[in-house]
Amino acid sequence: MEEFLHMGGYARYVWPSYGLALLVLGWNIWSALRLGRAARAGAERRLAAGATEGRDHGDR
Amino acid sequence: MGTWTWFHKLASPPHFYRIAGRLIPWFAVPAALLIAGGLYGGLVRAPPDYQQGEAFRIIYVHAPSAWLSLVCYTTMAVAAAVGLIWRIKLAHALAAATAPIGASFALLCLATGSLWGRPMWGTWWEWDARLTSQLILFFLYLGYMALRSAYDDLGRADRASAVLAIVGIVNVPIIHFSVDWWNSLHQGSTVIRKGGPAMPPSMLVPLLMCFAGFTLLYAALACIRVRAEVLERERNATWLRELPPA
Repeated sequence: MEEFLHMGGYARYVWPSYGLALLVLGWNIWSALRLGRAARAGAERRLAAGATEGRDHGDR
Repeated sequence: MGTWTWFHKLASPPHFYRIAGRLIPWFAVPAALLIAGGLYGGLVRAPPDYQQGEAFRIIYVHAPSAWLSLVCYTTMAVAAAVGLIWRIKLAHALAAATAPIGASFALLCLATGSLWGRPMWGTWWEWDARLTSQLILFFLYLGYMALRSAYDDLGRADRASAVLAIVGIVNVPIIHFSVDWWNSLHQGSTVIRKGGPAMPPSMLVPLLMCFAGFTLLYAALACIRVRAEVLERERNATWLRELPPA
């Protein structure tokens, strides 16, 4: 295990690389989901508001 | 149903919204499995390189992020061109949704390349053809996003940013061939080269898994982001009254 973590003396290059990769993968997932949820919530809010006021903007 | 009809249906926002929503797990689940398996194989199963020792394991995050940064740019430029020529808003939405993903992987490619270059070349950075053209790719993404945010009108943002994306595509082949055209510090292609990949299967299979996993992850992320774009762009459209399931 220690040998594995040591990475033949390259630990300080290999592990930060994998750490950054996980960070970027995680950021991509988190930011996409957050954007999706926000858009969905916004659309539902507008839908609820539009329904009570009975507005119709039509397509475009 | 003919291909053209199918394409037109897909380009209609409500259809796209529904289809993309259904596709997300089909991209995301294999992506997660491939990335997990690829990184495990690369870190644990693959033997150390005879020249670079354990440091070569950086390739499993570096090369797939380089690949994805180019795939994203090409997708972005083609989508922007389609949007510009055929006035398909969904294509502009795809281009806009792709930019932050591509930018993040271009940055990851530069950072991991730097971490790999330090022990192998003795330097974090060199103004070398491959490194410089990849840095330009990152700046193209930033420029594209900055240009979009400079316009209040979405249609104008789409058109102006599309022109930038299309012009910037010249950089993509430059990045790919830079190691052949110029005397570069960067090593040549390992996988796509004459005479087949320069790696044994125990090294190559995890790498290919990472390539496939990163690409599928992009597909899943693009579905999520374009769906969000569609909801914003179609905010007054009647189909949203019956919002398809999340």
